[in-house]
Amino acid sequence: MRLRITFSKSGTLRYTGHLDLHRIWERTCRRAEIPLSYSQGFHPQPRISLAAALPLGFIGQAELVDIWLDQDEDMLTILKSLQAASPPGLVLTAIQMVDAHQAALQTQVRSAEYDILFLDEIDPGKVEIRLVEMLSSESIPRQRRGKDYNLRPLLEGLELKSSKSDGQNHLSMRLSASPAATGRPEEVLAELGFSPENTRISRTRLILNNE
Amino acid sequence: MLNPQQIESRLERILLTVQKPGRYVGGELNITIKDWQKVLTHVAFIFPDIYDLGISNVGLKILYDQVNQREDALAERAYAPWLDMEEVMREKQIPLYSLESKHALAEFDILAFTLPYETLYTNALNLLDLAGVPVYSKNRDETQPLVIAGGHSCYNPEPMHAFIDAFAIGEGEEVIHDIIAAHQDWKRTGGSRTKLLTRLAKIPGVYVPSLYSQHYHEDGTVSHMEKLIEEASLPIVKRIVSKLPPPPTKFIVPNIEVVHDRVSVEIMRGCTRGCRFCHAGMISRPIRERSVAEVVDAAESAIRSTGFQEFSLMSLSSSDYTHILELVTSISERFGKGRLTISLPSLRIDTVSVELMDRLGNRRGTGFTLAPEAATERMRRIINKFIPDEQILETAREAYSHGWMNIKVYFMIGHPSETEEDVEAIARLCNKILTEGRKLIGGRAKVHVSVGTFVPKPHTPFQWVSCDTPEQIEAKQDILKQKLRDRNIKLTWTGVEDTLLEAWLSRGDRRLSEVIYTAWKNGAKFDAWKDQHRNSTWREAFKEHGFDPVFYTHRQRRTDEVFPWDHISPGVRKNYLFQDFRKSLEGEIRVDCREQCFACGILPQFADLRRENPGNGWKCPEVKSPKRIADRSLV
Repeated sequence: MRLRITFSKSGTLRYTGHLDLHRIWERTCRRAEIPLSYSQGFHPQPRISLAAALPLGFIGQAELVDIWLDQDEDMLTILKSLQAASPPGLVLTAIQMVDAHQAALQTQVRSAEYDILFLDEIDPGKVEIRLVEMLSSESIPRQRRGKDYNLRPLLEGLELKSSKSDGQNHLSMRLSASPAATGRPEEVLAELGFSPENTRISRTRLILNNE
Repeated sequence: MLNPQQIESRLERILLTVQKPGRYVGGELNITIKDWQKVLTHVAFIFPDIYDLGISNVGLKILYDQVNQREDALAERAYAPWLDMEEVMREKQIPLYSLESKHALAEFDILAFTLPYETLYTNALNLLDLAGVPVYSKNRDETQPLVIAGGHSCYNPEPMHAFIDAFAIGEGEEVIHDIIAAHQDWKRTGGSRTKLLTRLAKIPGVYVPSLYSQHYHEDGTVSHMEKLIEEASLPIVKRIVSKLPPPPTKFIVPNIEVVHDRVSVEIMRGCTRGCRFCHAGMISRPIRERSVAEVVDAAESAIRSTGFQEFSLMSLSSSDYTHILELVTSISERFGKGRLTISLPSLRIDTVSVELMDRLGNRRGTGFTLAPEAATERMRRIINKFIPDEQILETAREAYSHGWMNIKVYFMIGHPSETEEDVEAIARLCNKILTEGRKLIGGRAKVHVSVGTFVPKPHTPFQWVSCDTPEQIEAKQDILKQKLRDRNIKLTWTGVEDTLLEAWLSRGDRRLSEVIYTAWKNGAKFDAWKDQHRNSTWREAFKEHGFDPVFYTHRQRRTDEVFPWDHISPGVRKNYLFQDFRKSLEGEIRVDCREQCFACGILPQFADLRRENPGNGWKCPEVKSPKRIADRSLV
């Protein structure tokens, strides 16, 4: 049985990286005594697969993970026992059964949406102008690890909003997130002249190919 | 002082600029967070090295649970920030804070350091400084936390006497409650800091250095220790528990990868083998065991509450645990199918150990470990660890033929009266082990030789011995490097400078605290890290204060010398240690003292505790304690 779980990762768990998150899932499943399937081979590994690495420091509001079980179980029971066994900062929000033969979850991710909170006062007018410039240009040349690339085609949406809940300015963006073409919010921020340390970045949604 | 919210908001700005920020945020599974306002006493437990190492320290885990079980107190944790984090913390003026509630450490009532080894001393100073607490004990006033320390290196507390207000000597499970009670009394009634310290000094096992003065002879050796108030005890006898309390099971599960990602269950405390170089073996007497059922249940509940995949059965000498076979059988039955890695360290060198490891079914570990420590019969008699070559080779053969490909062997150089021949014998034995391995499994056979350097530790029969000089150590290491050249032999050794620092610090007196302070001021920290430790900084600090390090380490001791640590008593008599030292010079071995009591002093010292807890927990033989003999003579 293959299950897809939607979860949020926040609080101090922001500072836990991708590989460590994988280990956290393994341990959570063991504590919950869930009959996880294991891979074949000399060093069998539990079959847990995270959709897309969330960079260190980002909050994940709707992350995805697939887990495989040896036998069919009641989904709600699984969800409850996993939640009870989760460390602080990991909250499970949904569970669904998926076709066991579907492609690997990582290959299904198409785009990702982000919400950025500025920790310092900003000048919304100035940011708006820069946003329009970026969106209207055909190419935004940048370098990543010494290689030239164009940020513009990775940018699927960019908008400055004033949040009703906290009265603060939030930048929301949608970036391409396919394995071959991944946009990074900190690079968009750099184009806007902000350093990521002075923002709080949340990934709010992962969009899969079939959506 | 910054409040927790201010600390958190400053942290958010810097955490992404340092390596492994997960070290600095807490929030792990199984921690305890209490309402700060609702408890009277706030204790911060500090392991003065990085989170990655400190998180798995079992001693602190025990104490953390002890304190958090009280309604009137809370315990939180702090570790040393790595260099990059320290730099940003100082730059942004973030004081050292606790991981649970992010309170500045200066706001706690008690800062409790664990000092299991001496190379953590400069880090302890650095952490006090980073917490904004005066480093010198004498400069702290009533508004500042009480600074206490415990752990194995505190059996010679003098080098740190100037910085620590009170040392807890021995086992901490009970004394921590006495210390908290004394602090609460003082907090309620008010008064000077001296009043608090005087109160603490009355607790058995607590040593308050400022209430004593150490006097010296003209030649620099100690003449005597003087207590400055009547109520202080002299000697200060260590504390022990009569029965081991239930082991902790709710281990904190880190959110990042750390050095030891595992659960540890202590199966027994103490050791009766009497190896003459071994500090732990002398100071942690008497031997007390937990029952098989208690260990297995604790392991099970710890695995359930953590989800760890590895657990370790801890003791100084696992093979000596009375029901070891039953324990291993029961563990492999209970957990055999669970994809767990079970480690059983400190096994004796015999074929039974191979069978035990085999039953645990764990072949993915680092190899099969043997610790002969010496390679000639003469030397084995001197150190009282007598294992014939043939027994070592037989055990190695058994391990190779049962599927282990790598045999790890531990040796020590620098034992008293060691000659070139003793060192060459180490190389010969290792080559023989490899030859045996090749016969059985061919080219896959490997040997990992790990060679430490002996440091004569306080409270051991070798405390009278002088250390090898750097030249002697290097010459011995060169012999091994020359003679162990097979590509399937891996040789590792301890650097001379690391050994020297360990020796200075473990054998130091009160005057050494000035050297420690100066070394820290000049940048010494993380001395336990090979790449951070700077011997030159230490040598300059010695020079600045006009002390010669050779005095501490390379001097032949008079048999009647008063040692700087003589006022601290581990329950084992100095006279017993001296007799044992004499026996070593004569090459005389002493058998396991469960078979025959050699009157080390533990039993009369703790006779009342043993009577309090009769039964078979204590493994010392039943002997007539002096008190009972005295009673009889009255009849």
